[in-house]
Amino acid sequence: MTTLIEMRGVTKTYGAFTALNDVTLSLSDTSPSMTAVAGESGSGKTTLARMMLGFINPSHGQVLYQGKDVARMTGAEQRQFRREVQPVFQDPFDVFNPFYRIDHVLETPVKRYKLADSESAARAMIEDALKRVGLRPQDTLGRFPHELSGGQRQRIMVARAVLLRPKLIVADEPVSMVDASLRATILDELKTLNRELGISIVYITHDLTTAFQICDNILILYRGNVSEAGAVERVIGTPKHPYSQLLVSSIPLPDLSKAWGGEEIPVSEASAARPNPGCKFAPRCPHVMEMCWDNLPPKYVPDSERLATCFLYRDAPVSASDDVASAFRPPNHPIAATAP
Amino acid sequence: MSVARDLKPILVVEGLNVHYDTGKGPAKAVNDVSFSLRPGERLGLIGESGSGKTTMATALMRLTRAPGRIAGGSVELDGRDILKMSTKELRETRLRDIALIPQGAMSSLNPVMRLEEQMIDAIVAHKPGMKRAELDARVQELLKNVGLAPEVARRYPHELSGGMKQRAAMAIATSLSPKVIVADEPTSALDVVVQRQVMQTLGRLQDGLGAAVVLIGHDMGLIAQFADTVGVMYAGKLVEIGPVRQMIESPKHPYTRLLVDSLPGIEVKRELTGIPGLPPPLVDLPPGCSFNPRCPLAFERCRRETPLLQQVAPGQSAACHLYPEHAALPPLPPMTRAHQELRP
Repeated sequence: MTTLIEMRGVTKTYGAFTALNDVTLSLSDTSPSMTAVAGESGSGKTTLARMMLGFINPSHGQVLYQGKDVARMTGAEQRQFRREVQPVFQDPFDVFNPFYRIDHVLETPVKRYKLADSESAARAMIEDALKRVGLRPQDTLGRFPHELSGGQRQRIMVARAVLLRPKLIVADEPVSMVDASLRATILDELKTLNRELGISIVYITHDLTTAFQICDNILILYRGNVSEAGAVERVIGTPKHPYSQLLVSSIPLPDLSKAWGGEEIPVSEASAARPNPGCKFAPRCPHVMEMCWDNLPPKYVPDSERLATCFLYRDAPVSASDDVASAFRPPNHPIAATAP
Repeated sequence: MSVARDLKPILVVEGLNVHYDTGKGPAKAVNDVSFSLRPGERLGLIGESGSGKTTMATALMRLTRAPGRIAGGSVELDGRDILKMSTKELRETRLRDIALIPQGAMSSLNPVMRLEEQMIDAIVAHKPGMKRAELDARVQELLKNVGLAPEVARRYPHELSGGMKQRAAMAIATSLSPKVIVADEPTSALDVVVQRQVMQTLGRLQDGLGAAVVLIGHDMGLIAQFADTVGVMYAGKLVEIGPVRQMIESPKHPYTRLLVDSLPGIEVKRELTGIPGLPPPLVDLPPGCSFNPRCPLAFERCRRETPLLQQVAPGQSAACHLYPEHAALPPLPPMTRAHQELRP
């Protein structure tokens, strides 16, 4: 397997604070995948996204794009990397300059990467990209950002990424500021891009429902550490790590047979936790054992297509590979015809 | 969360209209809305961005600001119309009888005051005679009620996490034991686990006070987990209201059905369906039912005549021309991607 992007033992620290701790993850270059990275605020999911995008460098370890260390690329390599790995950000309001028409944000990458030979070719590319995200070019171009809804602006950002025919889109909470009723459509479009254009997608989110619906695999982070990873059906369907269990049981489902329990879960944030070099979830864990405080649990493989870093599964084998993707299910759709 | 059916309503909203004056005429953000709430009842008001739900929340508190104005109707709290009160009466009523947990409570706290000072400020404004020791005890009690540690009283807002700030705002809102709590998307910026904690705290506080709650939001899942009664707003109108179970299991308005269906579950993977199109601009509502351009079941009458709320099942009313001819909502035709194309 050739790898598209690989994080090799990546750690990011800010002073004494560890934002992300020793994450190894590789995504295949041959079968376009959809991978979710989930966790609460401060879990390190945005740090992971920013390192994948090359915005920040790891404190330890390496991020490799097609085998090349992102931190040590030549100018030409970096240019290619910047083109082929595209971000979609959370806030569909802040990313636009209010003084420019929508066209500007779409024309800039076409010019910068000399994607088109003529004005009309550029226009055709932009129109195609807009149609791919469900927008009508004639109703969209020429408008100012304030004339569009949050959902439409987020679609423009996806269209901008699509223009460059990237190999990877890293979408950091792309729908958390969009109405629930519009989320489904935007996510469905990401899925279509994955299937039709063969773009791999890393979907950063705290919403497990949409992660389950669109992604093949998921990685759950807690305070910088991978707590569970594997096929979404496994991790979300039958979570093993107590933190994943807490996350899944907290999803507000519009299903009265799956009501939140009446019991209140303890508020962990109010009191300073016992400092612990072990499992970061120990202070909140209902199953905490003495061993959890002093030792970081290894990646156990309690069943197929998942791993869980939790001592509850200490009788299960330890994963032979550091790569959390070793527990992933291969994406089940075939690679699409290569984009122009 | 039991609601005694025989209790008389604590909050009665009748024909409420809130308009924003614009160059193109008034935008009717709340358009002839009526509902009532009994003590202890939890009403969830759900709608998309621009459906008028935040305007509704501010109008219930009579906090509407220009260019918005209350253009008619009444909001009777325990028999007294908030919209007709003198400024003095209004000041006394807010917080004591009806309190707001604002959207993004994070930014509603004063950044340069310790939390206890802000809490005391609110209490003293209503009960000037209270002694410092009593106030301190009350602050501790309120913090405990929302699950915050006593030392949090001495902190500044920037020292608190998002969930803690939301709890702090809840502590202030309940400091005078109000009869009605209006919560405007209180968890919109929080993670699922913290969201659940905050909502459970709100539920427990409310049970303790016997207060009624109006919870405003756009997430049907969250509303379903919390409310006894669900009201659906569309383009400024209340288009359906009824008991939560009926609203989720047998919604009568096509829009409610689409809202419920737009939330994917975690059991089977399925095609994701959003709601086609966008809500209409409030200054330029389509003739007839405002939802008709997006409705998969719209027929000729819908484009001509505005439907009124009518009872469609016990305790459930919908504003839709399908009734009373139909006993239940007919199945919606499957949506194609072409349906989902948006017009800006």
